[in-house]
Amino acid sequence: MSAVMWIIQAVYFVAAVLFIVGLKGMSSPRTARRGFMLAGVGMLMAVVATFFLPGVGGATNIILILIAMALGGVLSWVAGKRVPMTAMPQMVALYNGMGGGAAAAIAARALITGAEHGTSEIVLAVVGALIGAVSFSGSLIAFAKLQGWMSSWRFRAQNAVNAAVLAAMVLFAILSIVYGGAGWLLIFFLVALAFGVLVTVPVGGADMPVLIALYNAMTGLAVSFEGYVFGNPAMIIAGMIVGASGTLLTVLMARAMNRSLANVMFSRFGESNVGEEIEGELKPTNANDAAAMMAYASHVIIVPGYGMAVAQAQHKIWEFVKLLREHGVKVSFAIHPVAGRMPGHMNVLLAEAGVPYDIIHDLDEINDEFANADVALVIGANDVVNPAARTNKSSPIYGMPILNVDQAHNVIVCKRGKGRGFAGVENELFFRDNTRMLYGDAQDTAAALIQAAKSLLG
Amino acid sequence: MIYGFIAFYVFMLAAFVGYEVISRVPSILHTPLMSGSNFIHGVVLVGAIIALGSAHGTLGRVIGFIAVALAMANVMGGWVTTERMLGMFKTSKEQGVK
Repeated sequence: MSAVMWIIQAVYFVAAVLFIVGLKGMSSPRTARRGFMLAGVGMLMAVVATFFLPGVGGATNIILILIAMALGGVLSWVAGKRVPMTAMPQMVALYNGMGGGAAAAIAARALITGAEHGTSEIVLAVVGALIGAVSFSGSLIAFAKLQGWMSSWRFRAQNAVNAAVLAAMVLFAILSIVYGGAGWLLIFFLVALAFGVLVTVPVGGADMPVLIALYNAMTGLAVSFEGYVFGNPAMIIAGMIVGASGTLLTVLMARAMNRSLANVMFSRFGESNVGEEIEGELKPTNANDAAAMMAYASHVIIVPGYGMAVAQAQHKIWEFVKLLREHGVKVSFAIHPVAGRMPGHMNVLLAEAGVPYDIIHDLDEINDEFANADVALVIGANDVVNPAARTNKSSPIYGMPILNVDQAHNVIVCKRGKGRGFAGVENELFFRDNTRMLYGDAQDTAAALIQAAKSLLG
Repeated sequence: MIYGFIAFYVFMLAAFVGYEVISRVPSILHTPLMSGSNFIHGVVLVGAIIALGSAHGTLGRVIGFIAVALAMANVMGGWVTTERMLGMFKTSKEQGVK
């Protein structure tokens, strides 16, 4: 091994270490930023070293590389700086799709001029290309759907059509491996791209996070396999780590929704109204009474849902919470694992509003505290606080872990109207004796709560 | 460079490392984790640079160009969004509230 080659390999090694250490930093919000910096240093090192690889060169190629980097880099830098935090899930999907597309493209490049590759390289290149292409088109559709550019599209025998396309994709993958050549490869890529579209199109917006996590894992795997083809350890390790982490997140996410991955992708959840009517009446309240109840409480737990984020109410809610805290009320936020549009999304939205993370708790941390809370304030959340998940075996959400809001002494539910949640189930929590409904847009309601609290507490 | 069975051992070990490291990340950080791991698979940029850097014909260059542009968008986007999000997480003390 030449000296240059030795140094390049050493740099890749250090980069792989930095990626792992960087992700490890994410085990606490305190160390996350520093850790991520290290991962960034690793990336920079790996990229710079690659320019010195033997075989990489030629003035035209280098200039093309720099132009392509400037193009992709500037566009996504601008987009990334501007994207609002509520739109983060689709942005992650978009960037992820780009990575998948890049992995598929380098596979195509390796396969077309792939005479020098052995069998295992060709097989993994095709498998990586398959995964990358599906992730690419699937992620772009996920982006378009979350962005509101397209709606779900379902037709009869959809699963049968998807199965046929899947079979065709595998067939053309095998043909590409056995016979090689650009012709088979082109058909294979077109079918794989079509499969990504077909699988993603029917999935509903609330299920999309599971799919985004899955595509993230798939891109990671594709990158790892192409790393094998290129004999590049940094790609192998980084890709595989992301593959594992994406898989873990997919499983966690599906579990929090009490669904299997297959169920997310192939069922028509939420279309049937399985919930039975509930006897009793909803008891409305107003902002003044609600504010008074919380101002004289000792412990208030707030349960935010995506409805709060849609109304952009998190800043006003935090203002209200600050008033309560100045008055000596203990306030905590309880976050359900599927609150928001991707895992942890609600935490980011609250962090953006300025809510410190030490008063934000996840389901396991806070669920026992509801019994001691004077008031639980539910804002724009529904299914994740529905006690039917514990008791009603016929409910579509039965078995889903929920926040024990019903155990609080008083419950205030801030909601836009009387509609049902995403799962189409009535929520008996809303009919309980100790529950009061606070109707209205979350932002207006929060403003009214602030007003009321100010006049109450002086 | 890594070839043959050694690579499969690396695949396997990296998968376990990834699983172990990620399972320790609290749910509060799952969104930055997702965009951060997104950034890390942007290392596909390395492969894209090799692909374009070693291209000879027009077809190879076109495909390589697309690969580099997409991979760079992946890297930069993952970096900017994750940085933005992580910068927002503060404790009560840092936030200056009681």
